[in-house]
Amino acid sequence: MKKNILYFLLSISIILLVIVFIIIANRNFDSYVIRILNLCAIYIILGVSLNLINGFTGQFSLGHAGFMAIGAYLSALLYMSPELKEVNFFIVPLIMPFRVIQLPFFVAVIFAGLFSALIGFLIGIPCLRLKGDYLAIVTFGFSEIIRVIFNNLQNVTNGPIGLKGLPTYTNLWWSFGIAILTVLVVKNLINSSYGRALKSIRENETAAEAMGVNLFFHKSLAFAIGAFFAGLGGALLGSFIMTIDPNTFSFLLTFQLIVIVIVGGLGSITGTVISAIIITVLMETLRSVEAPMNIFGLHVPGIPGMRMLVFAILLMTVVLFFKKGLMGKNEWSWDGLLKKYFPDNER
Amino acid sequence: MTFNVLLQNLSNGISLGFLFALIAIGYSMVYGILNLINFAHGDIFMMATFFVYYAIALFSIPWGLAFFVGILLTVLLGISVDRFAYRPLRNSPRISCLCSAIGMSFLLENFAIVVFGGRPKSFFRPEIFTKMYTIFNVRIHSVSIVTPVIAILALLVLTYIIYRTKIGLAMRAISRDFDTANLMGININKTIAFTFAIGSGLAAIGAILWALRYPQIYPYMGIFPGWRAFAAAIMGGIGSIRGATLGGFLVGLLSIMIVVFLPALAGYKDAFIFIGVIIVLLFKPKGLFGEE
Repeated sequence: MKKNILYFLLSISIILLVIVFIIIANRNFDSYVIRILNLCAIYIILGVSLNLINGFTGQFSLGHAGFMAIGAYLSALLYMSPELKEVNFFIVPLIMPFRVIQLPFFVAVIFAGLFSALIGFLIGIPCLRLKGDYLAIVTFGFSEIIRVIFNNLQNVTNGPIGLKGLPTYTNLWWSFGIAILTVLVVKNLINSSYGRALKSIRENETAAEAMGVNLFFHKSLAFAIGAFFAGLGGALLGSFIMTIDPNTFSFLLTFQLIVIVIVGGLGSITGTVISAIIITVLMETLRSVEAPMNIFGLHVPGIPGMRMLVFAILLMTVVLFFKKGLMGKNEWSWDGLLKKYFPDNER
Repeated sequence: MTFNVLLQNLSNGISLGFLFALIAIGYSMVYGILNLINFAHGDIFMMATFFVYYAIALFSIPWGLAFFVGILLTVLLGISVDRFAYRPLRNSPRISCLCSAIGMSFLLENFAIVVFGGRPKSFFRPEIFTKMYTIFNVRIHSVSIVTPVIAILALLVLTYIIYRTKIGLAMRAISRDFDTANLMGININKTIAFTFAIGSGLAAIGAILWALRYPQIYPYMGIFPGWRAFAAAIMGGIGSIRGATLGGFLVGLLSIMIVVFLPALAGYKDAFIFIGVIIVLLFKPKGLFGEE
């Protein structure tokens, strides 16, 4: 009993540390660093939710960008002011219920998450009969269908022009708050009986079913929860980058998330969190590769696209040589940490 | 709509269908043997057009030879993609192969952006391939006539290789049972490299015909033809040559006919293709011609 209370207190203290860090960051860091921190937190949300589907349940989904698009658009339509909507929808007016309502940011984000989860559940009904690669194809197809529909449904999404000038509600409190929430929910989920069922589906679907695991229910559960957090992440991202159009949520975005999950290790929350931070920071620092530079007096003009090339090479290196990612399936835990530093202290 | 307009669109749809079939076969063959979605296939397709473009623009090789060189280089590219990205992962879980394939696709795209530049280039079209012929009031582009001829020739050669030669027998054996084939003394790596060579060669032929039809080439040009061809391969039953051809036809005709019959929904063309794929998979999880 004592152990649990100790771990609980330690976890609380980590959260308090994050809060202190945010306060310090808000006071001292410039807006560029704060932007990167925000992005880190958003990618943690998205990466952990994708890891729940791909890593813990073993269902290879390529549809995360679709859920994010739903979250970003629905929340934006709910929290934008009617005047702003009128400015945005200058070609085709917005359909009725959305034209007049304006909700607080938090409510809009929650709605976006719930709707995205609903869509995730509905998509799951037909798709989850398929396995492996076929599931990957169908989920990819789903995210493309979402993109095509958003490109064409002008009276709801404003078509390819997208929504511009979204108010920036996303700040460190929102992004890190939801990131912590995501990690806590997913961690508690996978340590529960549901989580063990999910992992058993990953290891062997037939054996899991024979042991009485309801495949359909558990797969839909993973999909719906993953989609919920993808919706939240999409909503935060939309308000963060202030401009969304359907092509923001292309396959490239899903690809980045898959990179994060693979580099961190499929099936490790800690790994995903670490790799989300590393990759976000790396993507920013790699911008210097594209800038013009002087090497030993030799002037090299900036090469556009170099950043993504380096990024792709890094990914290939990780996939080919570090097949398990940073953490494999391991988690960082208080237990492991205490055992490492106090090996003889049997608690 | 008059009968002529219908014929016009039908001819477009059929030649587009052959193009998709050529690309789809590459996906289908690799999946049949390795159980791997070769995401890089669309980008190999893109590289082929750039090889031809540079062979003509930089080395001013005559176009016939340039097409040949382009196909050859693409075959080499296909083999090296297999060698460097897929062969080290033969015994790894499928998910790492899939990630490697996605990584390879982005590597090729970004390589093309860095080396060739992101701006679209115009593909050289020889005189013969710009002519229009009028048959029974139907205007047919000469590429639309050449495409089916070349595609049928390529398919015949392919069928011969797969069903009448020893290496074809090896390919069929591997796709039936990877481990047993290995035990029977079939050189797995050589056969897989050969499969990649054939798939990339067909993709290169498709790419050249595509570029003659739509003469604008850019690093991301492989994505959409690639995905549509992929949809075609799945619809027809992945792993089956017959299925890939039929699927290519379906996708080609579907993408033209939706624009003709339902112009209001033309923007949703890709959505319809993917909805078609999902419906086919729900009723026949292995595709139309897949083995049960």
